[in-house]
Amino acid sequence: MALLQIAEPGMSAEPHKQRLAVGIDLGTTNSLVATVRNGIAVCLADETGRSMLPSVVRYGAEGDIEVGLAALRTQAVDPKNTIVSVKRFMGRGLKDVAHAETMPYDFEDSSGMVRLRTVQGVKTPVEISAEILRVLRQRGEASLGGPLVGAVITVPAYFDDAQRQATKDAARLAGLDVLRLLNEPTAAAVAYGLDNAAEGVYAVYDLGGGTFDLSVLKLSRGVFEVLSTNGDAALGGDDFDHRLYCWVLDQSSIEPPSASDARRLHMKAREAKELLTSSEEAPIHAMLSNGEEVDLVITRDQFAEITRHLVQKTLVPVRKALRDAGLGPEDVKGVVMVGGATRMPHIQRAVAEYFGQEPLTNLDPDKVVALGAATQANVLAGNRKAEDDWLLLDVIPLSLGLETMGGLVEKVVPRNATLPIARAQEFTTFKDGQTAMAFHVVQGERELVSDCRSLARFELRGIPPMVAGAARIRVTFQVDADGLLSVSAREMASGVEASVLVKPSYGLSDDEIAGMLQAGFEHAGEDKELRALREQQVEADRSIEATEQALDKDGALLSAEEVAAIRESIEALRKARAGSDGRAIKAGLDALARATDDFAARRMDNSIRGALAGHKVDELEI
Amino acid sequence: MSVDLSQDYFALFGLPRRFFIDDAALEAAWHELQSRVHPDRYAHLPDSEKRMSMQWATRVNEGFATLRKPLSRAQYLLELAGVDSGLETNTAMSPEFLMEQMEWREAVEEAREAGEMGELEQLHHRLRQHAREVLGGLAHQLDEARDYAAAADTVRRLMFVERLQHDIDEALEALEE
Repeated sequence: MALLQIAEPGMSAEPHKQRLAVGIDLGTTNSLVATVRNGIAVCLADETGRSMLPSVVRYGAEGDIEVGLAALRTQAVDPKNTIVSVKRFMGRGLKDVAHAETMPYDFEDSSGMVRLRTVQGVKTPVEISAEILRVLRQRGEASLGGPLVGAVITVPAYFDDAQRQATKDAARLAGLDVLRLLNEPTAAAVAYGLDNAAEGVYAVYDLGGGTFDLSVLKLSRGVFEVLSTNGDAALGGDDFDHRLYCWVLDQSSIEPPSASDARRLHMKAREAKELLTSSEEAPIHAMLSNGEEVDLVITRDQFAEITRHLVQKTLVPVRKALRDAGLGPEDVKGVVMVGGATRMPHIQRAVAEYFGQEPLTNLDPDKVVALGAATQANVLAGNRKAEDDWLLLDVIPLSLGLETMGGLVEKVVPRNATLPIARAQEFTTFKDGQTAMAFHVVQGERELVSDCRSLARFELRGIPPMVAGAARIRVTFQVDADGLLSVSAREMASGVEASVLVKPSYGLSDDEIAGMLQAGFEHAGEDKELRALREQQVEADRSIEATEQALDKDGALLSAEEVAAIRESIEALRKARAGSDGRAIKAGLDALARATDDFAARRMDNSIRGALAGHKVDELEI
Repeated sequence: MSVDLSQDYFALFGLPRRFFIDDAALEAAWHELQSRVHPDRYAHLPDSEKRMSMQWATRVNEGFATLRKPLSRAQYLLELAGVDSGLETNTAMSPEFLMEQMEWREAVEEAREAGEMGELEQLHHRLRQHAREVLGGLAHQLDEARDYAAAADTVRRLMFVERLQHDIDEALEALEE
C-alpha cells in the first residue's frame, strides 16, 4: 500500500476564511445565541446589551409581532396573545400539557400537535418558536456581518422524536440551516470539559425552565461519550413558580383569578423565587384587578418545604441514568449544574447530598449551553482547527418500538444506544397479492403502546404482489446524529424499494411546513424563487469548494481520467451557478454528486484504513 | 491489503478474531474510527458525503455494540464460524438447567410480588456472578477448544440469564415508581 497523506475531514484549508455559524439555546424561559470569535465562544447581545432573550412572543392586533422583553412586559395586559414557555407545547398534544386549564390561551381542540388561537389566527408551537429563532438569527447576522452558514440548536436530551422534529421545523421556518440538534447537557459538558481539560465520568444536572435532563458522560482524551441520559420533559423551574403561585392563592384565599391576574401573580411568584436564592425571605405583593390586595412573605425554608416533592422528582431520573450507565454516585467525578433553576439553594443541597460532593457551579448556568453549542457550530461549519480534535458521541434517550399484536410494543432501538444507529427487521405479507403494509412507531420504555408516545404511522406501498408469506420486507429504522428517525423499506426477493408514507402523530406534515414557509415569504415580502436560487448558489459554492479541497488532498486515489471527469463536472456547475436558472444549478449539483460518489467512497475507505494503521494490522486473523 | 471492512467487525476494529479481547483497544479503535467517519466531521460537506458518513458511523457503532458485550460477541463469533446457535428455535436445554432457571424465575417473581427491592438486587448480584463463571467457560470453548457446538449451548444459557437480569431491572424500575 502506498503511503498517503491522510486528510482530516472537516479541517479548513483556508484558516482565514471563517464560515459564520451560531449556537442557539432555545430555552423554555430564555433563549440565547452565541458564536466563536477569535477562538472564544461568546454570547451575542442585543442593542441594549442584553444577551438573554425572554422566550415570549406576542401577536398584536395590528399584525405586529413582539418577541422578548417587550412581550414579557406586556404579558399581563394581553395574556391570550402573549405566549410564554412555548417549548412546553412542542410536539405535544393538548392532553399532554400540564396545567392547561390554568393557562390563559385559547387552545384549539384538535388531534396532533396543540394549536393556539390568537388575534393573528391559529398558530402552532413550531411557528411561535420560529419567531424567537428569527430574532436570534437576525441578531447573529447583524453581529457577524453576513448570512449564516448554519446553526446548532440545542434541545433537552430527553426530547423525543416529535419534539426534536418540531424544533428542526421551527428552525427551517426561521430560515436557519440546522447543522445539528445538540442535547443541552452535552453542550454544557463540551463548554465545561474543554475549558477545564476535564477527564473522567461527569454528570450534568440540567434543570431548565420547563425540562429536566440528567446525562452521564465519560470524558477521555477529547472524546465526550454520553453513557446514559434520562430526564423529565415536563419538569422545570416553571413548576416551582406554579407551586409558589398555588401557595399564594391558598394563603390569601382568593377566588380563581382572572387571566391577567393569574399572569401577574405568576410573575410575582417567579420574582420571589429568584429573590430567595440570595435572601432568607421574599415579599409577594400585588394588587388584583378587583381591588383585592395580596401581601405575603415567604421564607426560604417555607419555599423549600412546598417544593420538596419537585426536587425529589428530579432524583428519579438521576438514579435511572446512573443505573443505565452501570455506575453509582461514587463513580462520578464532578456534577455540572446547568439551567437557571439550579441556582435554588435547596436544589444544590439535594444534589450535593446525593452525589456526596459539592456540585460544580463555577460556570454561568444560563449561558453554558449556548456557549457549548457555539463551539460545536464552529466546528461543524467547517472551521475546525488542529486543536479542535474532539468528538461527541451522544445517545438516543428513549427506546423506539413497533406496535405488535394486542397493543404491545416490540423494541427496535434500545435507549442509550450511541448515535447514529440503524436496526433492520423483516416482515412478510399475510394475504396473497398484498402490496401495502402499515406500521405504528412509538417511543418509550413501557410495554403497552398506549403508555408510550405515538411517533408516526408508516405505510409501505409498492410491494410486488406475491403469495402470502413469500415477500420478505426488510424495514430499516435509522436514527441520525440529531436523534431523528427515518424509515426505509425494501422487498428482499425482488429488491424493490417500497415507498414509505409518514403520518406524524404530533408533528406537521411536509405540506403544512411548505404552506407556512410560503406564508412567511409573503409576509416578509420576499421572493421565494429568488431565495431558493440563492440557497442553490450557496450549495453550489459549498460543493465546488469541498470537491476541490478533496482533489487537492486525495487526488492520488484517482486516475488522471477520473480527475479530469470530476474537474469537468466542477466547471459545468460553476457555469450553471453564474446564471440564474435554479434548475440548471440543481442539475449541475446532482451531476457533480454522481461524479464524485465513488471518489468519496474511496476517501472514506482510505481514512478508515488509516485508523487501522495505528493498530496491529499484522495481527489480524482473517 | 485486502481486508473487507464491510464484512468483519474484528477486522474493522483491528482486533484478532477471538472471544478474549482487549477492551481498552476496542474502545480506542472505536474512538479512532468515529473521529474519522462521524457525521459531525461531514456536516459542512455535500449530501452525498454526509450520507456515506452516516452509513459508516452507523456501522462502526453497530460493530462496537456487537463486540463490547461478551454475549453478542460470542454470538457474532459463532455466526462468523457458520454455526447456527439456533437462538430462536433450539430450546433443547438440559433438564437440570431448565430446573435451575425455573427456581431463579420463581425467586424473582416472589421478590417482585413482595416488593422486596433488596432481595431483587441480591438476585441480580448472584446472577452476575453466575454469568461471570459461565463466561470463563465460554472463552475456553471458543478460543482454545474451538468447540462451537458446546459454545452455542453456553450462549443459549447466557441468554436465559440475560433475560432474567432484564426482568429484574424492569421489576426494580417499576417498584421505584
